[in-house]
Amino acid sequence: MKTYDLAVIGGGPAGLAAAIEAHKQGVENILIIERDRELGGILMQCIHNGFGLHHFKEELTGPAYAERFIDLLKETGIVYKIDTMVAEIKPDKTIKLMSSEEGIQMVKAEAIIFAMGCRERTRGAISIPGSRPAGVLTAGTAQRYINMEGYMVGEKVFILGSGDIGLIMARRMTLEGAEVLGVAEIMPYSNGLTRNIVQCLDDYDIPLYLSHTIIDVRGKERLTGITIAEVDEKMQPKPGTEKDVECDTLLLSVGLIPENELSRALGVELDPRTKGPRVNQFMETSLEGVFACGNVVHVHDLVDYVTEESVRAGRNAAAYLKGKRFKEIQRRTVTAPGNGIGYIVPQEICEMPEGESVTLLFRVRQTYKNAKINVLADGKCIKNVKRPHLAPGEMERIDLKLDQPYETLQVEVEV
Amino acid sequence: MTEMICIVCPKGCHLEIEEKAKGDFIVTGNECPRGETYAIVEMTRPTRMIPSTVRIEGGLLNRLPVITDKPIEKKHIKALMKELSKVTVTAPVKRGDIIIKNVLDTEVNIVASRSMM
Repeated sequence: MKTYDLAVIGGGPAGLAAAIEAHKQGVENILIIERDRELGGILMQCIHNGFGLHHFKEELTGPAYAERFIDLLKETGIVYKIDTMVAEIKPDKTIKLMSSEEGIQMVKAEAIIFAMGCRERTRGAISIPGSRPAGVLTAGTAQRYINMEGYMVGEKVFILGSGDIGLIMARRMTLEGAEVLGVAEIMPYSNGLTRNIVQCLDDYDIPLYLSHTIIDVRGKERLTGITIAEVDEKMQPKPGTEKDVECDTLLLSVGLIPENELSRALGVELDPRTKGPRVNQFMETSLEGVFACGNVVHVHDLVDYVTEESVRAGRNAAAYLKGKRFKEIQRRTVTAPGNGIGYIVPQEICEMPEGESVTLLFRVRQTYKNAKINVLADGKCIKNVKRPHLAPGEMERIDLKLDQPYETLQVEVEV
Repeated sequence: MTEMICIVCPKGCHLEIEEKAKGDFIVTGNECPRGETYAIVEMTRPTRMIPSTVRIEGGLLNRLPVITDKPIEKKHIKALMKELSKVTVTAPVKRGDIIIKNVLDTEVNIVASRSMM
């Protein structure tokens, strides 16, 4: 059986950054396993610009951002397998791989980094009533068809969900000649960036229906129309607000879920809030020598932050391979989301050498204006920051120095 | 007075623009100087970066992602998409290769935003 020091599952932005950093730290025998036909992950279909402002201080398209890392990776000589799927990982870190070219193979690694990313929620996840015609697809699927495969997915389009993917696809479909009739958002605000509302909807006079959802889907072979309706504070459709929209395509941009089938089967502890592995500040999961980074841990808004987190995972996996044992650190602080906070990563903070700081990443549950974020250590406020604007769509971060371990570290919003 | 949201970076500052005299604008609400430039350009000659794709033959994929190498005037976007639909390139292509030079006489080039074998 072939053995590697480090196996990285997934060759998207997280896996690439983690592998490159581990190599930089002196790990040479690294394998990246990627199920797609090339490295780069979801970035390869995100042809719009806006990536890299933090990491490269310039604005790149998704493929251009990925290519910079792929170029770096190729200089290192790190081994990667594309068109290869991981079927199973055993507790002794043997990995079962499948590919049409090499069949089934087993490899063994000393350390593993999970970088599988996330996947889109589908129609089934939100239970839209109505028939089951062709023409209902996730926004990301449509993006792949149009931007990579060269297929147009429809002519008269409606979009459910106003996250960035939904907005970006509204513009993309319009530019490619489709008529985009509107975007419906169940919340009273959009989760997308304001700049995307301006340059993707306003520029093309595409209406945004806030506090609206879809209550019917019609069509036998192909979609023929939908019904949208306004919702009340309890998200229930208001009678009398129904509106029929004739369309042949419905794109769903209704959220992303970390893809953790492999982690769950291996027995990695997951956080029900993030739906990703529980990690400490070293990005190590509940299993020793198994690290995780990027959207498999929690869904990020910006790839730049995925890169930052993944560099940390790569560096600490390298430290583990050189003999560092994070699990032997006895004193640990557990982080806990308080009032108004949806989740916090990392879920656990191991005691740190003096002077080192830890980054807490978290999301709020609703929008706030002029709010304060408090960090409470065993009930005592040790840090607070003011924020003029908070929204669930924008990941927040606080850098913190912990002078001693505590039982719990709670983050809360104070209005 | 005109209100708009700056789209230069993801921050999205709320700008207010007052035209003191013809072509003389006073911009407030911007957190950085780029916001002022954006507001004035938006009032006089609005531009956008336009990412899209062109057909590619002999490559790994069927479409090659491309982008304007600088912002192009909004009024040209429709015509630009038409120009892109006429183009077929042949692999290999390198990131940054010019796919259309000086498109529609705008001094904007269309460049490949990735390499493709």
